[in-house]
Amino acid sequence: MTDIAWIEAALTAARPQAMGALLRYFRDLDTAEEAFQEACLRALGHWPRNGPPRDPAAWLIFVGRNAALDAVRRHSRHEALPDEEALSDLDDAEAALAERLDGEHYRDDVLRLMFICCHPDLPATQQVALALRIVCGLTVKQIARAFLVGDSAMEQRITRAKARVTAAAVPFEAPGAVERAERLAAVATMIYLIFNEGYSAGPDTGGARAPLCDEAIRLARLLLRLFPAEPEIMGLAALMLLQHARTPARFDAGGSAVLLEEQDRTLWDRRMIAEGLALIDKAVRHRRRGPYQIQAAIAALHARAVRAEDTDWAQIDRLYAALEAVQPSPVVTLNRAVAVAKVRGPAAALDLIEPLAPRLSGYFYFHGAKGAFLLQLGRAGEARAAFDRAIALAHTAAEAAHIRQHLDRLIADACPKDVP
Amino acid sequence: MLYAILCYDSEDVVGSWSKEEDAAVMAKLAVVEDKLSREGRLGPVARLLPTTAATTIRKGAEPLVLDGPFAETKEQLLGFFIVDCADLDEAIGTAKDLARASSSAGSYEIRPLAVFKPGSAAP
Repeated sequence: MTDIAWIEAALTAARPQAMGALLRYFRDLDTAEEAFQEACLRALGHWPRNGPPRDPAAWLIFVGRNAALDAVRRHSRHEALPDEEALSDLDDAEAALAERLDGEHYRDDVLRLMFICCHPDLPATQQVALALRIVCGLTVKQIARAFLVGDSAMEQRITRAKARVTAAAVPFEAPGAVERAERLAAVATMIYLIFNEGYSAGPDTGGARAPLCDEAIRLARLLLRLFPAEPEIMGLAALMLLQHARTPARFDAGGSAVLLEEQDRTLWDRRMIAEGLALIDKAVRHRRRGPYQIQAAIAALHARAVRAEDTDWAQIDRLYAALEAVQPSPVVTLNRAVAVAKVRGPAAALDLIEPLAPRLSGYFYFHGAKGAFLLQLGRAGEARAAFDRAIALAHTAAEAAHIRQHLDRLIADACPKDVP
Repeated sequence: MLYAILCYDSEDVVGSWSKEEDAAVMAKLAVVEDKLSREGRLGPVARLLPTTAATTIRKGAEPLVLDGPFAETKEQLLGFFIVDCADLDEAIGTAKDLARASSSAGSYEIRPLAVFKPGSAAP
């Protein structure tokens, strides 16, 4: 790697901690961002000449804080600035600061920075956009590309979201244990939202959202380093790693979705799977079951199956039942029905989802799954009606194509006589 | 003599490499590994999963199981090479070759081996 590439990686890596600390000092998002920007500029000048500092985050906090304070002084008293070299010659000061920045502060700073993006008044996509901008440091242009909107529209959205969280005034005192747990839960949800924005996008966004999955995993690892004994955070990280491991196999060359059972499993990322399995292993030891851990355990069963037919569907059925118990939702039941169909047949699966009809009548996947079960039962006419309904509810061309492919596939499997 | 060359680096930084950047570094390291291998000097090589996957056991009458790595440090042990070298000079030379291949900001710690059991575990 070149120096500049290394420095950029170091700045990206240090950003959440540095921004979190600067936000605590200045209690204002814009000032913190300006201070961080300034510190990054000076790092680009200073680090290539003097080598990287031992603790990049501490360096950026120190320089950013001083730069912002200088700016305040300049505005008020036109006081002479210390020269750049004196300011940047930080070895001792930096070491002293690093001593003071103990783990407790760091972790609450980073958590707060993430938590302010989770304001309940903000719609999910705005939470994601704000977190990508403030925590991950993606440019407005990159975020706009990911959401398929113009730069200025995204700029406005982020500005509005910022104004909202500023008005909400998250307290800057260190949170108590209960509050900290609540913040962690909210932040976990937000990280999973970022992941899903990336994961559900498919290839029709030209790959612009692919980095969102990596960002989400990076944030989860960061959170896990700060809170190493939280089984749900382990579960969240494991879930995302196990799902993202399948990315190279999820779409064919033409950009159509490839069903899990049809995927070339040799394309799955083995290192991500190993990390995901290791994390779920660690999480289970805590015996504090939660929805992320259960979903990760389900993903782990898919990851462990060398061939689709090796999948332990009975265990997946049991895990979905456990998930229904901790997080009742018709969508979870719908997912469980897929496992039930494998274990007990399509009739049992159909019985399971029939009661969901009133709540899921507008849900694309409900009609898709229903159609698949009906087709397996040989009720082709009803199946077709369900698939038509699904296609009418599809949000994207990829979803519609996916159902059509599903339909073609099932027709081929279930009625081989119809296919020449 | 066998030496362990232990790779310490900031996990945050290495973790923020893109897939392409990571692959580029690995490809450069592979060139050095190939050379060592041809010379019959390369032993086992390992890259470790992130420290978030680590579990620590504190020894004692009742061993204590803790989540996370042994120590909170700015740079983490991310992997190691076992290399056969005539002396420390050669070991330093090898570590420098590796350092040139992966020009991130971390460090290599060279530790001569006292006991080496190659074992039989296969990946």
